[in-house]
Amino acid sequence: MSRIIALGMVLVIGGLLVFTVNEYLLPFGTFPERRIGSFENESVGQRILRDAPRTTGSANIVTSVVWDYRGYDTLGEATILFTAVCGVAMLFRAVRGRD
Amino acid sequence: MAGMTVIVRTISRLLFPFIFLFGIYIIVHGHLTPGGGFQGGVILAASVIMLLLAYGIERAQAKVNVLQAELSESLGGLILVGLGLLGIVLGITFLKNVLPLGELGHIFSAGNLPVLNIGVSIKVAAGFLTIFYAMLRLQGGKE
Repeated sequence: MSRIIALGMVLVIGGLLVFTVNEYLLPFGTFPERRIGSFENESVGQRILRDAPRTTGSANIVTSVVWDYRGYDTLGEATILFTAVCGVAMLFRAVRGRD
Repeated sequence: MAGMTVIVRTISRLLFPFIFLFGIYIIVHGHLTPGGGFQGGVILAASVIMLLLAYGIERAQAKVNVLQAELSESLGGLILVGLGLLGIVLGITFLKNVLPLGELGHIFSAGNLPVLNIGVSIKVAAGFLTIFYAMLRLQGGKE
């Protein structure tokens, strides 16, 4: 009985997902058009794609976002990695030293 | 760790310089082609870990020993923070792109983005090696 209920829920949720994607997905390569303040029909993605090569001088827009527009974020990621390495080294040395 | 058969040893010994060179290519062209510091650093670490798996821990630690890995991880972090502080020293803001931008698409372009990529690649490669050595020290037992 519970298998039938589970199968029914899977079918309903899957059908809902397929319907939503078919109905509301944007065509490939287009940007969502919206109005924020005075920026009409111009999203952040469009601005970055247009301005990034000129303002950062980098041909790879992903790198220009990662290290220039969101440099603090990436520095934080590097800090997280550093903390993880310190934690692993401390933990495993402590376990080894107790034997 | 004893290492693996002669087939695996030969193939990994022959492949090691090419994988290392590919990692350096990914890092240095991080501002031109897909890739960057994180990805290239992982490739560098994977090349040394491949030697470690094939030959055992002595061969890998002859390339990079534990102290070198830990020191170069700190060096990578210092490069990142130092470049960030360079912006403050020049009187602008932290992590501002202060070096000259150069010409779009050339290898010496994009200000301090390539230098940041190199710093984070050193940091990621040395960090992964440090984690691997620490875990191996626990698992290896008698060494």
